[in-house]
Amino acid sequence: MISVQHVSKTFRSGGTVTAALQDVSLEVAEGEIFGVIGQSGAGKSTLIRAVNLLERPDSGTVTVDGDELTALSPAALRTARRKIGMVFQHFNLLAGRTVRGNVELGLEIIGVDGEQRRRRALEILELVGLDDKAGAYPSELSGGQKQRVGIARALAGNPKVLLSDEATSALDPETTRSILDLVKKINTELGLTVLLITHEMDVVKRVCDSAALIEGGRIIEQGRIVELISTAGSRLAHELFPLGDPPSRPGDTVIDITFSGGSADSPVIAQLARTYGLDVSILGAAIETIGGNQAGRTRLALPGNPAGHAAPIADLRRQGMLVEIVGE
Amino acid sequence: MIDPSAPDFWSGLFQVLLVGTGQTLYMVGVSLLITIIVGLPLGILLVGTESGGLFESPFGSRRAGRVINRVLEFVVNLGRSVPFIILMVALIPFTRLVVGTFIGPTAAIVPLAVVAIPFFARMVEIAIKEVDTGLIEAAESLGATRWQIVSKVLVPEALSPMILGLSTTVTSIINFSAMVGTVAGGGLGDVAVRYGYQRYSTIHMVAVIIVIFAIVMVLQGLATLLAKRFAHKSRPTRAEKASPALRASVMPGT
Ligand SMILES: Nc1ncnc2c1ncn2[C@@H]1O[C@H](COP(=O)(O)OP(=O)(O)O)[C@@H](O)[C@H]1O
Ligand SMILES: [Mg+2]
Repeated sequence: MISVQHVSKTFRSGGTVTAALQDVSLEVAEGEIFGVIGQSGAGKSTLIRAVNLLERPDSGTVTVDGDELTALSPAALRTARRKIGMVFQHFNLLAGRTVRGNVELGLEIIGVDGEQRRRRALEILELVGLDDKAGAYPSELSGGQKQRVGIARALAGNPKVLLSDEATSALDPETTRSILDLVKKINTELGLTVLLITHEMDVVKRVCDSAALIEGGRIIEQGRIVELISTAGSRLAHELFPLGDPPSRPGDTVIDITFSGGSADSPVIAQLARTYGLDVSILGAAIETIGGNQAGRTRLALPGNPAGHAAPIADLRRQGMLVEIVGE
Repeated sequence: MIDPSAPDFWSGLFQVLLVGTGQTLYMVGVSLLITIIVGLPLGILLVGTESGGLFESPFGSRRAGRVINRVLEFVVNLGRSVPFIILMVALIPFTRLVVGTFIGPTAAIVPLAVVAIPFFARMVEIAIKEVDTGLIEAAESLGATRWQIVSKVLVPEALSPMILGLSTTVTSIINFSAMVGTVAGGGLGDVAVRYGYQRYSTIHMVAVIIVIFAIVMVLQGLATLLAKRFAHKSRPTRAEKASPALRASVMPGT
């Protein structure tokens, strides 16, 4: 649904040159929620703004729902943008318009007539749970309510894609969850494809089907989350399970075992102790609900060096577990 | 010398003030209208043609944008830096060309509009610059044209400071209208000079001051009211990057 190919963007302001995006490619499948995570300054905003060409890349192509946006004339681009709704970290609502007026903005722009506009706005406000606030001004709303208005505005024109630039970063954790749940609901009920960027792993964990990690303007890895967590060495998976960096334990072998799907409830430790007579210490464990599925990672220390544990590790891997040797 | 104890003094004063006030309101009203019609788009263009602005490349040419911006900046600065009394005299040939004469209230409208347009354009510029660029992006993301961004986002969102700017503009037009009156004839300024100064009638002078003060007060009050009505300020949390620029530049050099 969204295809970003070899996009680069460099900012020059004054004497400084910032390579905000460097040969970035991204594929977002229809109907999925795709999260791009990265630290502040990594290029996330530049990337998402390149998708609807608020920021025109220096090179590369952007295709959304079959339209190659980077090749369109200004007028054709404006039409194509109707298929792409966007929500912003600071909501960007018009202070002089009521909630309903804000939601109608996009409809006015595309020339929907008054009565129909009103009906559509109220309908969409109901979907986001704000129908009782139609006549209020943004200054009278809480942050979460403002973002609901932002979402309603983005959805009013029936887009196929929703872009979200840190939509929850200005909100408290509870409001964040309710907004994420709303995004999830829109995604399932309306079949909308969502590309969101965030610097919070919790956001990815809660709603995303796929994720990409961006650093210094480059995509480090990307993929479906169920696959990432069973990929050895995945940085995203490492971030998803809050185990931290492995401790240094001279003389021991530290391994991370990741369970997902079927292997989630096998009695690993008992098995290692019984079958191989190993004296296992548990260094840490995390069970996470990722995209609605349970997945867990356990960090164990086995006495002795890795060479001595080839047999038990191979055994665990045979049972479908991801085993990574993270320290020795 | 006018004798305040003469039987028709007060009715004469009233008559003279009525005519003077009418002429002043006419001069100020028409020049204000012209000021809005020209100054508003001028102010929008001043912001828009800046680099990164909405009209930075009109007709697809970045160069054209830069040139237009330079020219407008120059014209506005020129208009604002020439003292009014000199501007008024320098404009006489132009006024004659437009109105046919340079005497009387109608002729006064020309220099009044000329001095007020750059003044108001600057205030429009400042007001529009205060509009969060995020709002422009939001409208762009919805597929808005440049004209729609101006009419649906920039102008409505900047309405409140623009009204306040307009009220400051009106006040200075009234000021200048008194000055223009003394030279070209007409309005309350003319009354003050002819009766108050030339014929030593302090009562006339005081009456003119009171009427002008009253007009300014009423207009300012109205503007403040309207500005409040259109200001739906966000909560102080984030939109409170208020406008020292606006306050600082409201009356530079005057
Ligand atoms: N308009 C701009 N002009 C100059 N530099 C910019 C501009 N926009 C972004 N940058 C720079 O590009 C880099 C990436 O910015 P951004 O995409 O906003 O990062 P993120 O959203 O991940 O925090 C940063 O170093 C930032 O300073
Ligand atoms: Mg950002």
